[in-house]
Amino acid sequence: MDDLLTEFLTETGENLAVLDVELVKFEQDPSDKDILSNIFRLVHTIKGTCGFLGLPRLEKVAHAGEDVLGNIRDGKLDVTPEAVTLILQCLDRIRDLLGELEDTGDEPDGEDGELIGLLREMAGGGSAAPPSIAPIQEAEPENDAPEANEFGAPVAAAYTAVEKKAEPAKKKESGEKGPSIAAQSIRVNVDLLENLMTLVSEMVLTRNQLLQMVRGRDDSEFSAPLQRLSMITTELQEGVMKTRMQPIGNAWAKLPRIVRDLSVDSGKKIDLQMLGADTELDRQVLEMIKDPLTHTVRNSADHGLEEPEGRIAAGKAELGRITLNAYYEGGHIVISISDDGRGLNTVRIREKAIENELATEAEIEGMADAQIHQFVMKAGFSTAERITSVSGRGVGMDVVRSNIEKIGGTVELKSEDGKGSSFTIKIPLTLAIVSALVIECASQRFAILQISVLELVRAASRTETAIELINDSPVLRLRDRLLPLVLLRDLLKLSPDEEVVDTASTDESEGADQEPEELDDEVFIVVSQVGNYSFGIIVDRVFDTEEIVVKPVTPIFRDIPYYSGNTILGDGSVIMIIDPNGIAGDAANAAATEGAKAQTAVDARDETTSMLIFRAGGHELKAVPLALVARLEEIDMDTVEHSQQQRMVQYRGSLMPLIPYNEAHEWKEGDRQPILVFTDRERSMGLAVDEIVDIVEDQLNIEISTDLDELIGSAVIDGKATDVINAGHFLIKAYPDWFEVADHNGTEDANSNAVSVLLVDDSPFFRNLLTPMLSVAGYVVTSVESADDALELRESGSNFDVIISDIEMPGMNGFEFAQAVKGDARWKDTPMVALSSHVVDKDLERGREVSFDDYVTKSDRDELIQSLESALNEIGPA
Amino acid sequence: MMSSTNLVVTEAGSAVYQFLDNVEDYLTVNIDGQLFGIEAMTVQDILSPREIAKIPLSPKEVAGSINLRGRIVTAVDVRQRLGMSKVQDPEKLMNVVADVDGELYSLLVDKIGDVLSMSSETFESNSTNLNDNWREFAQGVHLLDGNLMVICDVEKIVRLNA
Repeated sequence: MDDLLTEFLTETGENLAVLDVELVKFEQDPSDKDILSNIFRLVHTIKGTCGFLGLPRLEKVAHAGEDVLGNIRDGKLDVTPEAVTLILQCLDRIRDLLGELEDTGDEPDGEDGELIGLLREMAGGGSAAPPSIAPIQEAEPENDAPEANEFGAPVAAAYTAVEKKAEPAKKKESGEKGPSIAAQSIRVNVDLLENLMTLVSEMVLTRNQLLQMVRGRDDSEFSAPLQRLSMITTELQEGVMKTRMQPIGNAWAKLPRIVRDLSVDSGKKIDLQMLGADTELDRQVLEMIKDPLTHTVRNSADHGLEEPEGRIAAGKAELGRITLNAYYEGGHIVISISDDGRGLNTVRIREKAIENELATEAEIEGMADAQIHQFVMKAGFSTAERITSVSGRGVGMDVVRSNIEKIGGTVELKSEDGKGSSFTIKIPLTLAIVSALVIECASQRFAILQISVLELVRAASRTETAIELINDSPVLRLRDRLLPLVLLRDLLKLSPDEEVVDTASTDESEGADQEPEELDDEVFIVVSQVGNYSFGIIVDRVFDTEEIVVKPVTPIFRDIPYYSGNTILGDGSVIMIIDPNGIAGDAANAAATEGAKAQTAVDARDETTSMLIFRAGGHELKAVPLALVARLEEIDMDTVEHSQQQRMVQYRGSLMPLIPYNEAHEWKEGDRQPILVFTDRERSMGLAVDEIVDIVEDQLNIEISTDLDELIGSAVIDGKATDVINAGHFLIKAYPDWFEVADHNGTEDANSNAVSVLLVDDSPFFRNLLTPMLSVAGYVVTSVESADDALELRESGSNFDVIISDIEMPGMNGFEFAQAVKGDARWKDTPMVALSSHVVDKDLERGREVSFDDYVTKSDRDELIQSLESALNEIGPA
Repeated sequence: MMSSTNLVVTEAGSAVYQFLDNVEDYLTVNIDGQLFGIEAMTVQDILSPREIAKIPLSPKEVAGSINLRGRIVTAVDVRQRLGMSKVQDPEKLMNVVADVDGELYSLLVDKIGDVLSMSSETFESNSTNLNDNWREFAQGVHLLDGNLMVICDVEKIVRLNA
């Protein structure tokens, strides 16, 4: 292909890109004469050059476009969206033709009669709405080849062309600014720049080596020249870096057109704001993020922003906004794309994640929304119904993220339901040479990239910054946050004998039985953050920071997640570069499970319970665990009898007292009165309520406790605030001795042989739940609310056949209680059963250690009874 | 494969150059008393014993990393790789540096010998004498003065993952 043609392709490609932007601007402000004349001039130039080079097809298309523009300029034609769309289509056709020209060296066969016809019609004042004209078949959709030229990259293979443009009027490079900026520029082969870059990097390293060598000797004659050399090297480095820098606006150039088209197609009103377009960054990085940026903006326009009606309904302005922002921040460039749309569809992401087997349902349950959102960037994840492959290069967000992280950057995705989402990329400004912190662990040195380090903390025992152990995991309290820690030593398996040691003087772990040894009394923690997850890496020593060149590890080590590369320090030693991402990956898994465990340990009542919802004594909802209720009845008030100021009713062969919820209860005389029947052995009582509402399955988290006797507290059940009643209160109203222990000398029927059970549980709810259950099963139950109370019973001479104890209790916990029981002759031989809301192997072991005879979960009522029975059977009669 | 020339006197009495085909140059090395040959063209450097930086979590066949004029070289403990007896201190071994796929590797050997030209006549690709462990890493053997020189397949030796 001859030089002239190549030149033409490059130049026209650039002009087309400019035209896109200008047209969109013009559409927004049709009164701007300058933009219009600029547009006209550019199209005119294209037409002219095409004619000059003997490209008839191109010339015809450009001519038709120019006619339309000419009429607009002359005021004969209005600027309508249809007109602009048509012209844009004309430009697209030219682009396609150019692509073909570049590939084959010739204009493709074919003709554009249809398009030209429409353009002529439009020029003639016709208002035909342009149908979607299919692009030329041979061209790939969105052929980027000619557009790549706008960044000064070679067209086909590497080529060198030198051209000096002195006229300020000609717009090149940073041309969007307007003709007043005189950009003197040169086209240079990219490979040449790369070589320069590498050479300069090596030079910097050698300079560093020299500096290090001279550092020790003050009076060396080398010092002064070396100082000078150092300064020059730094400047050279900065200068060469600048050659690779380009304004990010170049990557944004296509976006106004894309957003405009999407806006017209979808009927949405979209405002694209681009701030900081002249922020410069490295060319290589620009290439890398160009597509993801486009992709993200597309996403925002397609899925994020709502239609105008939707927006108004949501109380937002009709005009949706997508904001691109680029700025420098502390050695990095930060690029963010945000929209004020509806935010990420968390529900769908959840579904997709489970569908694609990226996580199990259980794991998803435990995740915060922010964590769910991160799934969008996992491989193979597509939230769009249709998959758009931008430029055919396949933009997988996971690839994007890993590419960016490889160069030391970070990618963050945030979303707020109904408010919008934002996608932020943070990239270090210098690629080849980065600052790294040199640390030591087990006498070996490693490096961590400076940008990965949030802060350094010196931890020592007996100070405020002491490492503590929670559930055997080391953590650090750092300004009101708990920071999970990892020992680098352990990760790298450097000294397998060392164990993490609690440097705090107070031991917080549950019954820890390892002696807290003193460490070397001082360690350093490198605080790092990956995404939203912060954590600390424990190392032995910290040296200074050095500028290093990151070299990738050999294929042998590619699978080790902890290394992101290796490097040679100023003193010639080879050290590995630690990758906090890799550590976070590990730690997050461990932390997630630990966190989940801690969560369940702390909040023991997470399983769902069946609750009966009713109304009584007012309009507010009330609830009682369904397990406690024997039957729901509706009593015909006519059958109710009065005796001793108490209402009674014949129920299954005996008299059942009816207790109203409160004094003000209105009995449904002449109608059917709803009753909750509670039963225990031979006795029943009916609680009269106003209305039975529902039975729901929900977690029971009593949030607000109360002083009222009749209530245990308030909880949110099925989304509504509900008072949970204290069944016991009403049971006692019916029979004051409902809960008393049956006399062991046998008062009632055959109950003298019944097994007596001591139930220890701090939760009134669970006592209320278990006691009747056990009673119904034939056990004689005494329940107390604390281990201390239980031990008092021991003092008063009571004996039981079996003791059932909760584990998680305030004051003395279950394990300690068991130890106390076994340590004393009176109850030493009484079998003990441990109750907990979840059972983990560790707990089982612990339980057995302290001589619990069995370990049972509270979760399932039937299972509980069964477990208790089998436990009691195994143990045998007292 | 290279060609080598020999000056030969024919029956007719004239001196002619006879071309010997299929001759290969090998760097001979000695590991634990066994003679090995490495294709000379693959050898980039021969280095004296030097400090090797250990790499945690590396497989046992990797002794560590070496700095060679600013490039990082991965040192491979050939003894481990070939299942031979271990040596106390890898840092006392000689380094034979080869480039495989753009990455530099150093094969740690006991002694460096001469570069010898061996012809295909003495080459056997499948020798029953060959130790089982080494079969995977050897291209074959050359017979040399009653000794077997095992020809190393450098790529196979350094490709620990494959």
